[in-house]
Order: sequence, then C-alpha cells, then structure tokens
Amino acid sequence: MPNINEIANSAKDNAEKLGIKKFDIYGSTVDDTSVQVDQGEPKQVKASNRSGVTVRVWNEDNTMGVTSTTDVDPKGLELALKTAYEASFFGVKENVPDFSPEATVPIPNKPQDKAPQAPVAELIEKLLVAEKELLAAHPAIKGVPYNGLSQRDIDRFYLNSDGAVRTESHSLASVYLYSKTEEEGKKPRSAGAFRINQSLDNLDINGCIKETADKTISHLNYEKIKTGKYRVVFSAEAFLSLLGGFSNLFNAQSILDNQSLSTPDDLGKQIASPLLSVYDDALHPANVGAESFDGEGTPTRQISLIENGILTGFLHSAGTAKRLNAQPTGNASIGAKVSVSPNFYHVFSTATPEQEFSLETAENVILIDDLQALHAGVKALQGSFSLPFDGWLVNKGVKTSIESATVAGDFLELLKSIIYVEKEPELTPGGVCPKIWVNELSITGE
Amino acid sequence: MLTSTLLLSNQLPTLQYSSTPERFDETWEAPLATLLGLGRAAGADFIELFLERRNYISSLAEDDAITSISPSLSTGAGVRVFRGKADCYVSTNDLSFSGLKAALEKGLSILGLQLPTAKAFIPEINLELLRDYATKRGKDAWLPVCSSIREMGEILLEGTAHLKQKASHVQSRRATYFRDWQEVLIAASDGTFARDIRLTQSVGFNLLCADGANRSSIGDRAGNTSDANFLRTWDSQQAAEKIAESAGKMLYADYVESGTYPIIMANHFGGVIFHEACGHLLETTQIERNTSPFADKKGEKIAHESLTAWDEGRSENAFGTIDMDDEGMPAQRTLLIEKGVLKNFLADRTGSTRTGHPRTGSGRRQNYTYAAASRMRNTYIDSGEYTIDELFASVDKGIYCKKMGGGSVGATGQFNFSVDEAYLIENGKITKPLKGAILIGEAKEIMNKISMCSQDLEIAPGFCGSVSGSIYTTVGQPHIKVDSITVGGR
Repeated sequence: MPNINEIANSAKDNAEKLGIKKFDIYGSTVDDTSVQVDQGEPKQVKASNRSGVTVRVWNEDNTMGVTSTTDVDPKGLELALKTAYEASFFGVKENVPDFSPEATVPIPNKPQDKAPQAPVAELIEKLLVAEKELLAAHPAIKGVPYNGLSQRDIDRFYLNSDGAVRTESHSLASVYLYSKTEEEGKKPRSAGAFRINQSLDNLDINGCIKETADKTISHLNYEKIKTGKYRVVFSAEAFLSLLGGFSNLFNAQSILDNQSLSTPDDLGKQIASPLLSVYDDALHPANVGAESFDGEGTPTRQISLIENGILTGFLHSAGTAKRLNAQPTGNASIGAKVSVSPNFYHVFSTATPEQEFSLETAENVILIDDLQALHAGVKALQGSFSLPFDGWLVNKGVKTSIESATVAGDFLELLKSIIYVEKEPELTPGGVCPKIWVNELSITGE
Repeated sequence: MLTSTLLLSNQLPTLQYSSTPERFDETWEAPLATLLGLGRAAGADFIELFLERRNYISSLAEDDAITSISPSLSTGAGVRVFRGKADCYVSTNDLSFSGLKAALEKGLSILGLQLPTAKAFIPEINLELLRDYATKRGKDAWLPVCSSIREMGEILLEGTAHLKQKASHVQSRRATYFRDWQEVLIAASDGTFARDIRLTQSVGFNLLCADGANRSSIGDRAGNTSDANFLRTWDSQQAAEKIAESAGKMLYADYVESGTYPIIMANHFGGVIFHEACGHLLETTQIERNTSPFADKKGEKIAHESLTAWDEGRSENAFGTIDMDDEGMPAQRTLLIEKGVLKNFLADRTGSTRTGHPRTGSGRRQNYTYAAASRMRNTYIDSGEYTIDELFASVDKGIYCKKMGGGSVGATGQFNFSVDEAYLIENGKITKPLKGAILIGEAKEIMNKISMCSQDLEIAPGFCGSVSGSIYTTVGQPHIKVDSITVGGR
C-alpha cells in the first residue's frame, strides 16, 4: 500500500484535477496473521495485508458524498473521489456533516508502537501447546473445536483539505480457546475464554487455558433450573454485552433519529441505581487497542455517561455535537451518515451500598457468565431482552451449572434494580466492569 | 532447433502480462496458470486463486428524507495453498502479477516452502477453457440496468410515504436498500478456471411505533439475485401494509408467559428453525470440528418421518442462488433429509478432503479476505401433507410464531432464535398477540418433534454469519408444528 504522504498527495492532485475543493479521507492498513489447530495439527493459517479508505467530498452547493474503496493507488483514489463527487449531489440538504472542529487539535502522546511480529511457526507451536494442555486438563474434554491465535499491525490515518493530518500505529495479539466435553450418558458441554494484549510476548495464554478449563469443567455437572424470578449476578462480560446491546441510550445520533430509549431532555435524570457509574473511556490504561482519534479526526477521551445513576452525557460526532450544543467526543465513524459508537466502557461504583453481597454466602442466586444470541434477543428500541445464557446456580459458594435457560427483562428496569456493584473490576475486550447484582429477573428453565 | 515452451523461474521478472483491468476474462489465464505452476514447483500440493471485484451501494431513507447514499468499491484476491492436510490462506488488495506473486510466496513460506531456484522449470498448469457463467447468461449487462441513485431515492421515499399512511403511533420510519455486484474469477491447480457475476439486492422497511410505554419495532425485507429490475418491481405499498399491521398488533401485546409449549411456526422466514437447528450441523465445517451430533448418522433417521429438507443453489432468483460456488464448482440440489433419514452433508473442497463427504458446490465466502467453507445456499423444509387448519386443530394451548427474528447454534448443538410476532393459540384458535418470546432447544431433540408439515412452502431471504463471513442465504418451510419447545419470556 502507498504510504500516507503518497495517498495525501495523490488525493490532492486528483481532487484538483476534478475541481474538488473540500474533501477528507479516513483509512487504515491491516497486516495480520492468525493460526488455528486441530487435534495436534495446524488447521489453517491466515495472513492478510489489506487497506481501505473512505473519502468524503463536498460540492459547490456544500452537499456531501462518500465512497469507500480498497484500491488506494492513484487510479483507485481518482475513481473514489469521482464517485463521491457524483454521490454528493444526492446528499442531505439539512444537517450536512462537516469537518470536526477538533480535527486539527494536537494530540499528546499518540501511540506509535508496534511489536515485532512473531514467526508463524511460533504461533502454531504456542497454540498446539494450549490445545494439548486443555485436553489434558480433564478426561471429559475431548476437543477444542474453536481456537485461534493471531497478531495484527494496524495503521490508521485521517486527513482533510483544511490541513488536518493524523496517523497512528499499534499492534495487537489475541487468543481464544473454546473447549468441548463428551461424557457417556451426558450432554456435551462447552466454554471458552479470550485474551488480548499489545504483543504475543505479553499475551496471557496460560490464563486463557486455565479459565477455559475451569469454566468447561464447572459445567460438567449440570441441572435444569426451575422457571421463576431469581436474584441475578452478571459477570463483567455479560453486563457489558447487555449494555452494548442498549447503547442507543447514549448515542446522540440514535437520539436525534428517534431510535433510542433516551431523549435530549433525559440528561440529568436518574435512570439507574445510584450505585452505578459508567464512562466511555477509549484511553483507559486497560484498553490495549486504544485509538487516539475517531473517524472524523476528533481526539478520543473519557466521557461520563452515568454518574451515580444519573444520565450525564451522550456520545457525539461533530454533527450531533453541533445540533445538541455539545462537544464532539471522539466516537464517530466516517460515512455518508456519520454513525456513533462506544469505544471502551468503564463501569464502577462510587456510592456506598446499603448492603454488600458475596457469592460465598448468597443463597440461590444465578450467576450469568455469558449471554448468547444478542443479535436476536435484544429488542434495543423496545428496551426488552430475552436471552439464552451460560451460568450457574450459586448457593453459599457452591456452583451448579444450569443446563439451558433464558433470562428476560426490561433494561431500564434492570438498571434501577441494581443492588450491588462489586469492587473488583474484570477486564474484557469491550471494557472493564465488576460483577453486577440485580435484585430480580425472570429465568426460564423447566 | 526445438525450444522449450516451459518457463524457467528466473524468467518471471521479465514477463509482460496484459490482463484486462476492467473485467476478468481469458487474458487472466496466462498469469494465473504461471502462478499456479510456480506454487506447484515450490512443492505445494494444491493452489487456488480467488479474484474478486465488487461494486456495492446502500441507501437509507428516514422519514421523508434520503439520509445516506454509500457506494463502496473493492478489489482483492485470496491465495489458498495446501501441503498435505495443512492449508494457508493469504489475501491481498494488489491484483498485479507481482502483488499476487507476493501473496503466493507468503503462503508458501508459511507452509515451509520456498520458491524454486532460478533455473528451475515452472510446471505448466493447463487450465480448462474458461467456464464463464456471466457471459453465458448475459450477466455483464446487469449492472448498468440497475436503478440509479436518483431512482433508488425516489422508490425509498415513496415507500416511507406509504408507511406514514398505513401505520399509526409512528415514531420513526426507515426504508433501506442495497445492491451488491460481484465479479469473481477462480483458478486452481487442478485446472479449474471459472468466472461469474453475482447481483444481490435487498430492500425493506423498519418501523418503530410508540404509545406511552408501549413500543413495537418490526422490520421486513425482500431480496433477490439475478434481476437487475428488482427494485423497480418492489411492491412498497403492500410491504408497508404488512409491516404496519404487524407493528399495530404488537404495540399493545402482552409478554409471553415462559414455559414449554407446542408451537406452530409460519412458513417463509420460519425456516430459520431448520437453518439453525439442523442446517449448520450438516456442514462439513462442523463435522471437521466434531461439533455436529449428526456427524456419523448418514443413512439413519435423525428427524420425524414427516420431514424432508433440501439445500440447493438453483432456484430462480432466490437469495442464496449461485451458478457456481466460490471454488468454481457448479451449484447442485442437495437432498439433506428424506422422510426423516439423513441423506447428505454440505461439503466444500477442504471439508470433502478432510471428512470424505463428496463436494456439493457449497464452498462459499463473504469476500476475498475469507477462505471458502461449507455453507448453506437455499435451505428449506419441503411441503408436507397437512392443511394449516389441521395443524391448528391439533393444538389446545400453544404459540403461533408468525414472524421469526434471528438465531444461532452453539458448539454443542444448542440453538435459539427469537420471535418478532407471536400469538397465543387456545383450542385451535389464535386469541391474542404476544411479544418477547425466544425459543431454545437442542438439535437432536427438536428434529424429532417437527411432527406436521403443511402444503404451503415459501422461502425468504436471510443473512448467515459463520467461519467464512456473512453470506446471502434463503430459509424456507411450510407451516410446521413442533410438539414441544422451551419458550423463554417473562
């Protein structure tokens, strides 16, 4: 792929040739390698070196058009600019997206570090060892049907015709392991874990093996659960996936589109238990894939969304910020219609709970480890959810795996029914969050 | 004096190939055959090159304005190299000879292979005469016939205007459309050389209604392959009436009471039950991983005798229709289950090599960044012998699942899917609307509980996500009765 200066110069030359005065470009290149193994043998190695850019063009009437392309040589860029220019005459007439006022604000301490990529043979060897250790962890574990170890270098850039130029590079390594059991007369059981870090050397593969083994083994002795109302404890991953499913609560673009459970007037209102605080914090030290600017070139930052149960902020693009008299927050993606999404959640509590709870002493609570089928079971515009889950019935510290069940409720009611936010945070790919206790939810079992 | 026509590897840098840059045609034969020969000379057992060019556009109308027109252009290639049972897949944006050679070289090196020495002969790979499904069926003319940006906008705005007329308590109205034009060329070291153009289009509505605390959100879409005029023939008025009626009924619906019920599942998108509960488990991808309970059941009864099911790529204009798969094999009709007996699996090239099941033209992928894997095409339960009245008459208290949402299946065969529009059945009659239902079950158990199939098979478009990305598929079935299933709700 041409480097950023070549792309910038090529874009400027072509824009001039086409009579385009105002444009911006967001792009990235990704160089990644991943391996999978199966029963002691390499299964598939994948390597990819790909690039892509999105160009936006404003015409003389100040309407805007957009085009994405993977062809970033001068000819490809010319075609993309031309197509975007043609599309600009069909662009919106009101609330036309514009450059972010923060696209040229200096960003201190931009990460530019890349870890050296390990040889493929080393990736395979490490994953084969992980598979072997998992198979040896318990006689019932007969396979690791889903597994992968990958490393990735990412370069991102944003530039515009007003002189903004941003670049950023980083590396990521990740591993996932998902093991499955088979026992005579019993149903197969499965569980998995995931780890991510900047480099393969620092990747906690052993932790991933142990968590996968512990979870899978803990599901061997399973029972049906009686349908009813239960006190529920969400793991960090489960709570964050539910929060992500209802992220329209904080999404300024969704709010402006009437596609949200919130309205602009809800700022300052109590929407959750006073025990709950939520930030979106792309620059949180635990966020290994932290990005310092968004698709419009706006610097990312820490945004308070819920403070002691009160709705305190929304996630903005440059356009939504202008319309709602706020500041852009670094959560935008470039596009014909700019979309907004969270970067990295930080869930915590600063309030003092009426009572502290513990899985060691609580009786008959449901610990939900993993929620499934969120794409199907979350009704984001209705506020309701009904989801299958992996988890345990916990009675005074004794965990019994639940065979198959669903949890259902209304998310806004759930937020208000939080009775305890544990202190110890857990790291997930989507954020950091402790276990969250909810007073009562409907569980369907038998 | 005789001169050899065989290439020496040190001649490669001086070769001047002039492939047609705007289309994949016979001019690609020489460079691709050379690369395949180079891979074989390096010691690979099998090499496949997948070239792709894509021209995609999506459009969104919200209420009374077009708010997004998003064109996307892409080109790329994937190189798959096999050495024994080990394989490697490398993708790149660079379709030049040197770009493809670099990708091949990377794939070879990952498998421990090196390019031959300077004076080594490059074996000649004789590709078949180009099997050009695009030219044969006039597909090169499709793209210019498709709706222009202006026409897309006019049709979508007409659609949202119909929604405004037909629905009440409207909070937001959306109409979405996309057109995905894809040209592919596949060349492999076994001589495969084939080209195709695919044109996939989809248009639909999303309607959000609200009245105080009562909310309903319903989506519906139509899909098509192979008809450049598809958008012009979309009946937006009828689609608006249908979705407005569903949203109105669900706005004040009670939450379903959880429990175990007999259910009747409507035809059309109801076919998602078979897609999740069984279809995925018949893919060799699952058999390789030992995650299918049906892996060793070929020839055995795995379902109720009332159930016959197909997966095929040949239905005219259906969403999962393909003339050839992404490994260059012509699509087939594959009988999966006949009267409850498992007849066949769905196999791609790798799955066939590793499991022994014959290839079925099912190797599919989202784009050049994915290696092909065994995937479904148009998958449906065949018509049965009962009438719909007979199905309803057999249920004292149960649930009618009229409109299904999405679903998934896990590594142990447990599946789930949501119901967007449901009704209570009492004494064989529909009595009231219900919302919030999700169905969960286990594949092996549920297949024996599909006890009645009616005579009204209908198919519907869908999107399926799996190991080789998101692809276009069809689900389908007649009305069916499931004797009992767990229904999650409140």
